[in-house]
Amino acid sequence: MRKRAPRTALALGAGLLTTALLLTGCSPSGTSGTTGATTVSQAEIDKAMKTPTTLTFWTWVPNIQNEVDLFEKAYPAIKVKVENVGQGLPHYTKIRTALKAGTGAPDVAQIEYQYLSSFNVTKSLLDLAPYGAAKLQGDYVPWVWNQVISGKQVLAIPQDSGPMGNLYRTDILKKAGVTAAPATWDDYATAAAAVKSKTGSYMSNLAPNDAGQLMGLLWQAGVKPFGYDGKQGVTVAVNSAKSKAVMTYWQKLIQAGQVSVDPDFTDQWYQGLAKGKYAGWLTAAWGPIFLQGTATKTAGLWAAAPLPQYTGAAPASGNWGGSSDAVLATSKNKIAAYEFAKWLNSDKESTLQFATKQFLWPTANSVAADPSFVNQKAPFYGGQTVNKTFAEISNTVDTKFQWLPYMDYAYSSFNDTLGKAIADKGDLSAGLDAWQKALVDYGTQQGFTVNK
Amino acid sequence: MSTATVASAPPAPRVQKRGTPLAKKRQWRAAYLFVIPFFVVFITMLIVPLFYSGYLSFFATRLVGGTSFVGFDNYVKTFTDPLFLAGVGRTGLFLLVQVPIMLGLALFFALALDSGRVRGSKVLRLLIFIPYAIPGVVATLMWGYLYGQDFGPIVQVLSALGLGSPNLLSDSNVLGSMMNIVTWEFVGYNMIIMYSALRSIPAELYEAAEIDGASQLRVAWSIKIPAIRPAILLTVIFSIIGSFQLFNEPSLLRNIAPNAISTSYTPNFYAYNLAFVSQNVNYAAAVAFILGIVIMIVSYVVQLSTQRRERLG
Repeated sequence: MRKRAPRTALALGAGLLTTALLLTGCSPSGTSGTTGATTVSQAEIDKAMKTPTTLTFWTWVPNIQNEVDLFEKAYPAIKVKVENVGQGLPHYTKIRTALKAGTGAPDVAQIEYQYLSSFNVTKSLLDLAPYGAAKLQGDYVPWVWNQVISGKQVLAIPQDSGPMGNLYRTDILKKAGVTAAPATWDDYATAAAAVKSKTGSYMSNLAPNDAGQLMGLLWQAGVKPFGYDGKQGVTVAVNSAKSKAVMTYWQKLIQAGQVSVDPDFTDQWYQGLAKGKYAGWLTAAWGPIFLQGTATKTAGLWAAAPLPQYTGAAPASGNWGGSSDAVLATSKNKIAAYEFAKWLNSDKESTLQFATKQFLWPTANSVAADPSFVNQKAPFYGGQTVNKTFAEISNTVDTKFQWLPYMDYAYSSFNDTLGKAIADKGDLSAGLDAWQKALVDYGTQQGFTVNK
Repeated sequence: MSTATVASAPPAPRVQKRGTPLAKKRQWRAAYLFVIPFFVVFITMLIVPLFYSGYLSFFATRLVGGTSFVGFDNYVKTFTDPLFLAGVGRTGLFLLVQVPIMLGLALFFALALDSGRVRGSKVLRLLIFIPYAIPGVVATLMWGYLYGQDFGPIVQVLSALGLGSPNLLSDSNVLGSMMNIVTWEFVGYNMIIMYSALRSIPAELYEAAEIDGASQLRVAWSIKIPAIRPAILLTVIFSIIGSFQLFNEPSLLRNIAPNAISTSYTPNFYAYNLAFVSQNVNYAAAVAFILGIVIMIVSYVVQLSTQRRERLG
C-alpha cells in the first residue's frame, strides 16, 4: 500500500495539470492602448496600400475567399490570409486568448454587433474614425450604423444584418383556417390556438438556448434591456415591465402547447422544420435562404411576412444576428487592415456578391436598394420577392438598441436563467428576474457602475 | 547500452564495502540521464503552470479597474459559491452512483472471463474493451443522437413498447444519461486492469481450494477478489479522479441540452467557463485549485479507509 502513494500523488498531480494547463494560456497583461486622435492622410493610405503586406483575417463566412480575391486584384501589394477559427463563441475565445498572449491575433476579425462593446471595453478594437470611417455613415442603413459606433468612435464596418420577419407554412396555416400572415400579436396567438387544435403543429419555436432570437423580439417590442455609456456605466433592465409583458405573452403560448421550446440549430430542430413540426419560424433576413437548404422538400409551401405587430404601435422589427469586420488594436498594419475591411463591405461588386452568393443580408444602402437584389423572386416562397419584404422590414428596426460590454457572459447566463425557464415551460418573469440578478452581480463584480 | 553492460557485470562482494564504487557512480549518472527528459517536461508542463495558476489565483482582474492583489479572496469566495458547491455535489452524486455500478460490472466481467467458462472470451474481452478505444468526444456525440427526444432510437423503442417517451436529456434525467455514457465507456478499461491482475494469481491457490472442495463462487469471493484488491483500489482512485474531472460529456451534451446543463454543471466545466466565457481567469484558477484539493482529500480518505480495513483484517 505504501508503495502506491507516490503513484497516486502523481495521478493527482496529473489531474491538477489538466485544469492548470487550461488556465495558463492567459495572463493578466494589459492590452495595448488606443489610437491617437490624429487623422490619417491620403498620402499615408496610398503608401500603405502599395507596400507589400500580409493581413490575417478571421471569419466564418463561407467562401469569403471569393470577395478577398477581388480585393487582392484591386490591391496587388496586399495579401490577405483568411482563417476560420470557429463560429461564434469559439471564435471569440480564440481572439481573446490571442490578445492576452500578445501575439497571434488577426489584423481583421469578424465580430457580431452584440460583442463589439465587449471587445471595446478591453480596448482591443482600433477606433476607425481617424482613418476616415466616420465619413461612411451615410452609406449604411442607419440602425446598423448605430450598432458599430460608440460615441465618436467607429468600432467596425458593418457586413451583414438580420432584421426579423416571420416565415410560415402557408399550407399548415390554411388548414387551420388562417389565410393571411397574422398582423398583430393577438392575431398570432389566435392563429396559434387554431393551428395547434386543427393540425397538431406548433405555431413556431422559441429557442431556449438562443438569446439572439429573443433579443430580436424584445428589440421589436421597444424594450431596452441593456445600455452602456462607453466608460464605466452600464444599464441592465432585462426584467423591466415591458420586457415582462413580452415574456408573459410567450409563456401563455408555451404553456398552452402552441409554441415549442426546442433548442435551435440542432438535429432535432432541423428535422422539426423539415417535417412540419413548426408551422413557422420567427427569424432574421438570413433565414429565408438558410431554410431553403434545410427544408428542401417543403419548397413552395413557405411565405415571408413582417413580424406580428403590437396593436396601435408603428410597424417595428428587431435584429437577430449579422456581423461586422473590426480591426484589432494590436494590428501592425492598421491602415491596410482598415482599407481592407472598408473595401470588403463597401465595394459594389464585393457587397453585391455577399448578398447574392453568400446570402448575407446587405447593410450597405446601395445593395439594399439594388433592383437586381430586391426584385429577385424566390421559388421556395412561391415566387414571392422575399428580399423586398425584408428590405422594408429593415427600415422599421429601432435605431437605439444597445448591448452590454459583457455579452459573452450575458448570453451564457441567459441559458442558465431565462432560457432554463423557457425550456422548463415555467415562470418566465422569474426567469427574467434571475437573469437580471446574474447580470447586475457580474457587472458590479467587474467594476462597472450598474444602473437598473 | 554500454553502461547497462557495465552495470550487469557480476559485482564482487568486497567492492560493495568500498564506499561508492565507480560502477555505481556511472549507474547513477545513467539513471539521471534517463529521467532528465521526463523532469524537463514535468517541470515545464506541470510544476511551472501549477505555480503560475497558483499565482494568478491571488489576483482579481476586472474589466473596469484592471488587476489587483486580493490575497485569499478568490478561495474564500469559492467556498461560498453556490454554483461551485452545487457542481461538487453533482459530481459527488455521480461518484456515489456511477462508480460502484461501473466497477461492479467491470469486476463481474473480469471474473467471468477469468473463470474460463465463457465461450469466445477473447472476442468478448475485445468487445467490452472497444468503447474505451472510441474517443470520448465521439462517444458523447453518438449517445447524444441515441438520446434524442423526437428521433432518437431509444425513445422510439420505448414508445413502441408503450413505455412513454421520456426526455433523456431533461433537467432531471441528464445526469443519469451521462452516467450511462461514462459507464459504457470505461467498463472495459477497468475490466482489463482487474483481468490482468486476476491472471497473475498463482495457480497453486486454486489447486488448494479445489482440494478443500471450494465452489467457483467461493474461489472468486475468498481468493480472487482479495488477491486483486490493490488493482480494484487503483480503479477506484482513477474513477474518483475521473468523476471530478467530468468535462467532455457536459460540454458536448450542452449543445443538445443547453438548458439542462448549466455552465457550472461540473466543477471542471465551471472553471473552464469562468476562464473563457466570463473571462475571470483568476477566479477560475482558485476554483481549479480547490477542485484539486477536493480530489486529493476524497482519494486519500478512500485509500486510508481501505488500508485500515486491511490492517484490521
